[in-house]
Amino acid sequence: MDLSFSAEDLAFQREVRDFIAGNYPADIKARFDAGLEPRKEDFVRWQKILFEKGWVAPGWPKQYGGTGWTATQKYIFQEELGAANTPGIIPFGLNMVAPVIYTFGSEEQKKRFLPGILSSDVWWCQGYSEPGSGSDLASLKTKAVRQGDKYIVNGSKTWTTMAQWADWIFCLVRTDSSVKQQEGISFLLFDMKSPGVTVRPIITIEGGHEVNECFFDNVEVPAENLIGEEGMGWTYAKFLLGHERSGIAAVARSKRGIAKLKKIANEEQADGAPLIEDPAFRRKLAELEIDLTALEYTELRTLARESQGKGPGPESSILKIKGTEIQQAITELAVEAAGYYAMAFNHRAMNGSNDPIVGPAATAFAAPSYFNMRKTSIYGGSNEIQKNIIAKMVLGL
Amino acid sequence: MDFNYSDEQKLLIDSVERFIQDDYDFDTRRAILKSEEGFRRDLWQQFGDLGWLAVPFAEEDGGLGGTSVETMIIMEAFGKGLVVEPYLSTVVMAGGLLKAGGTAAQKEAVLPELMAGTMIAAVGYAEPTSRFNLADVSTTATASGDGYTLKGHKSVVLHGPMADKLIVSARTSGGRRDADGITLFLIDAKAPGVSRQDYPTVDGLRASEVTLDGVSVSAGDVVGTVGGGLSLLEKVVDEAIAAVCAEAVGAMEVLYKTTIEYARTRVQFGQPIGRFQVIQHRLVDMYMAYEQAKSMAIMANLKLDADPAERRRAVSAAKVQIGKSGRFVGQQAVQLHGGMGMTDELNVGHYFKRLTMIETLFGNTDFHLKRYAA
Repeated sequence: MDLSFSAEDLAFQREVRDFIAGNYPADIKARFDAGLEPRKEDFVRWQKILFEKGWVAPGWPKQYGGTGWTATQKYIFQEELGAANTPGIIPFGLNMVAPVIYTFGSEEQKKRFLPGILSSDVWWCQGYSEPGSGSDLASLKTKAVRQGDKYIVNGSKTWTTMAQWADWIFCLVRTDSSVKQQEGISFLLFDMKSPGVTVRPIITIEGGHEVNECFFDNVEVPAENLIGEEGMGWTYAKFLLGHERSGIAAVARSKRGIAKLKKIANEEQADGAPLIEDPAFRRKLAELEIDLTALEYTELRTLARESQGKGPGPESSILKIKGTEIQQAITELAVEAAGYYAMAFNHRAMNGSNDPIVGPAATAFAAPSYFNMRKTSIYGGSNEIQKNIIAKMVLGL
Repeated sequence: MDFNYSDEQKLLIDSVERFIQDDYDFDTRRAILKSEEGFRRDLWQQFGDLGWLAVPFAEEDGGLGGTSVETMIIMEAFGKGLVVEPYLSTVVMAGGLLKAGGTAAQKEAVLPELMAGTMIAAVGYAEPTSRFNLADVSTTATASGDGYTLKGHKSVVLHGPMADKLIVSARTSGGRRDADGITLFLIDAKAPGVSRQDYPTVDGLRASEVTLDGVSVSAGDVVGTVGGGLSLLEKVVDEAIAAVCAEAVGAMEVLYKTTIEYARTRVQFGQPIGRFQVIQHRLVDMYMAYEQAKSMAIMANLKLDADPAERRRAVSAAKVQIGKSGRFVGQQAVQLHGGMGMTDELNVGHYFKRLTMIETLFGNTDFHLKRYAA
């Protein structure tokens, strides 16, 4: 046991740090540092920079474009991206559908889809949840009926993140209603520009537009876009959910959140002294930092297990639960720290206008972030579902 | 970065866990608690024969040259068995002080016997009004001739009743809570002027109120430097905290697993209570509390050699996590066992009591939150 990085790891860390310093575009950094609503082009531009360097898909096997890094190197890479506040890797293509394609797809499908995912030329979205199927995902109703060499898709999906920017969707559809729920599901890929696809925005409580409803009205999908076998979609869907867990703990993001929180608390005055000197506030801050440290070491232990070829097992549900609880607690405390100026809704500035911000810059989006972060314990399998998974798969109940 | 145990460490885990399983079951421990001495000399001797008492000491001092990882392994296994023998006081604390600050003569006089299991030592660092502040020392060491005279009261000296040697903190100069002026002394537990009031602790250990009334010591009994004892004591107490964090992790593991087993077998309303989601989620919360505590115990033990500021922060963070996790796991284990959890005959309550006292030991969660944030 040893917490220190080897000389090779330290050299790697330096290489990553230098690369980010030399290649992270200043205008994107300015927008992200200010906490403005992200734009599609920011994500795409940054992912293309990583792609050119060969670093955009550390989780992929090397033969398909992965990096071949060790678990420690992947961790260092994530840490450095997080510390530099670069745009997060949009997971739908790179971390979700790609592993399904290279694991279960045909050779043609790999050749057709993987290059566009790697180069970020094709933006993907995830067609899982439906209005009537949230935690009980297997009850989904969107129907795909085979007609000759194509499927006709009818139904709707919801909470589809960034579907407004998406070129393609990977979609769970029901191809057989006569069998057990889980056995009648198939995994289809289709073009979001297909006739019959409608995307309608859902505005969330903080005022942002991240998620959408998608409606499918007799959408024709070539049968060659089916992944694997008909009726096996549930297996692929579960594989996808369990596969890419790196970053799920969001440790780097939360470290940044705590740094920002400290900035707010240093600037905010309470009884003539910075709020950060208030014992009640300090105590909450210390508890958060300690929670985050515990999560960080739990993640490192998980990575260590994975690097020995064990996992990622259902133990990683703990990373999701604790990670989201901490993200929420940080933004909650930021609202407390901001005081009155938490009330100012800088909505136009948030969406990229040059409107002046009311109050200190650090507190400008404290409340919207807090409201937005409530999503984290709901998405990706709600925290209650994660506990069901641990109870069943880890504790054997 | 590496979270794996070496092959030698795996052997050590096997050997200590096998001992707990085969030779230290709940009934054995129960009998030890009821005995006159409150520990088993023959088992202690066995620890010595197995080399466990020599683990952290340097090879040139006759030790095995182990790291904090070996101590963590032993303490975690001891936590699983709720071992009451004086490992923490004798090896980790008194041994730790001598290892880091002892003179060659002191090491020679104490360490061989200590490692062999024929000498037991304990440390008096707390006083009736010091609470958790190691610098709050009222016991005085007044210069007399070429030595000192000790006068004062050291409280809750763990494993004091069985100790042959004591190391105590006393003030050679400065005001009551000054960082400077604290000196550590190695004394014979039976020296003239030393008196003890012995008693059991609520978690099954033994402790003493030690009164020092004109105890004569020589300059050669000073451990570390005159007036500079605090930093040495802080270092060793941090090591002791890391050790009890590991012990707590072992205790928590037994508790959450025992509770899962109980939930699987206890039938109410026609089904095992583990089928109820409210119970399942509570057990998951216990499991997560254990995992977070384990992560922090490992972290703290691996940071004991960092610079003092980083070491202090790491240790306090771990102590906070262990305090919170231990309380939650302990309380919930009792709760989910229902009325059985309240009984002395079930082991659950005994783990709960030890975890509760570990939270208090060396500063509770509030104390360490403040120390972390300072």
